[in-house]
Amino acid sequence: MSDIADKVKKIVVEHLGVEDDKVTDTASFIDDLGADSLDTVELVMAFEEEFGIEIPDDAAEKIQTVKDAIEFISANS
Amino acid sequence: MFDLTGKKALVTGATGGIGASIAKMLHAAGAEVVVSGTRAEKLQDLASELGERVHVIAANLSDRESVDQLAKDAAAAMGGVDILVNNAGITKDNLAMRMKDEDWDSVMQVNLESSFRLMKGVMRGMMKSRWGRMVNITSVVGVTGNPGQANYCASKAGMIGLSKSMAQEVASRGITVNCVAPGFIATPMTDVLTDEQKGAITAGIPSGELGAPEDIASAVLYLASNEAKYVNGQTLHVNGGLAMI
Repeated sequence: MSDIADKVKKIVVEHLGVEDDKVTDTASFIDDLGADSLDTVELVMAFEEEFGIEIPDDAAEKIQTVKDAIEFISANS
Repeated sequence: MFDLTGKKALVTGATGGIGASIAKMLHAAGAEVVVSGTRAEKLQDLASELGERVHVIAANLSDRESVDQLAKDAAAAMGGVDILVNNAGITKDNLAMRMKDEDWDSVMQVNLESSFRLMKGVMRGMMKSRWGRMVNITSVVGVTGNPGQANYCASKAGMIGLSKSMAQEVASRGITVNCVAPGFIATPMTDVLTDEQKGAITAGIPSGELGAPEDIASAVLYLASNEAKYVNGQTLHVNGGLAMI
């Protein structure tokens, strides 16, 4: 779990170019981290690659915070 | 102006008259170029003519896997793709009443679907680097229509709509997607026409002559350059005034 969380946060930091300490569990990609819709698609694709999973569109729509991503990936990888 | 030094370009249909000219012009402006097409030998000839900064990747654009592989191979060969020129195109002309399903399918696949797949294949790299140029070679008949070319015209009109949609999706990442629409251009394809046939064609062109492949390549070079960064989702018609749209 913590391993997944670390990887997720690292991807978010790299993709969105934000400071580590801003990427908290409850941080929203769009509202808190300045992502636009294209960024969220890129993030989902990066998660898929990193963890070797497929995130269906309807699930991707629900991944709005760092915690959402960690929980989905933990449950599906 | 129009310096492409350090840029990496993929040109499809590079064995054709227009494609070869595009590859040469981008290369002359400093770009590293992957030339792709179906005829490996002709691609090699072109590569030897150009010298350094050239890679040859043969691909069959009527095959989905081959198309996806081309995007990957081109990125692997050059370390990325900054400029994509979807130039490859085929015709399978016939009056609609006589047009076979396979003639419709193959034209759609090579002209339209492969363009989409290649754009999709290179766009992530462009998004990451916050710079990209996609130039799709459509045709004047994609806008005007032409009897006997329902499949070809539909595919070329499709490229214009495709380009406009993609342009809106990726514009915020420094990527532009535009079309160049040639009119009648002198290529090996038109060399076989008789003088009479050529006369009939040029009679409808205000400039009174066929275009040269370089006329198209110059338009592509402009759209691929930094200078064209504010031009997006457009179709640049290069046709000697044949159709003023």
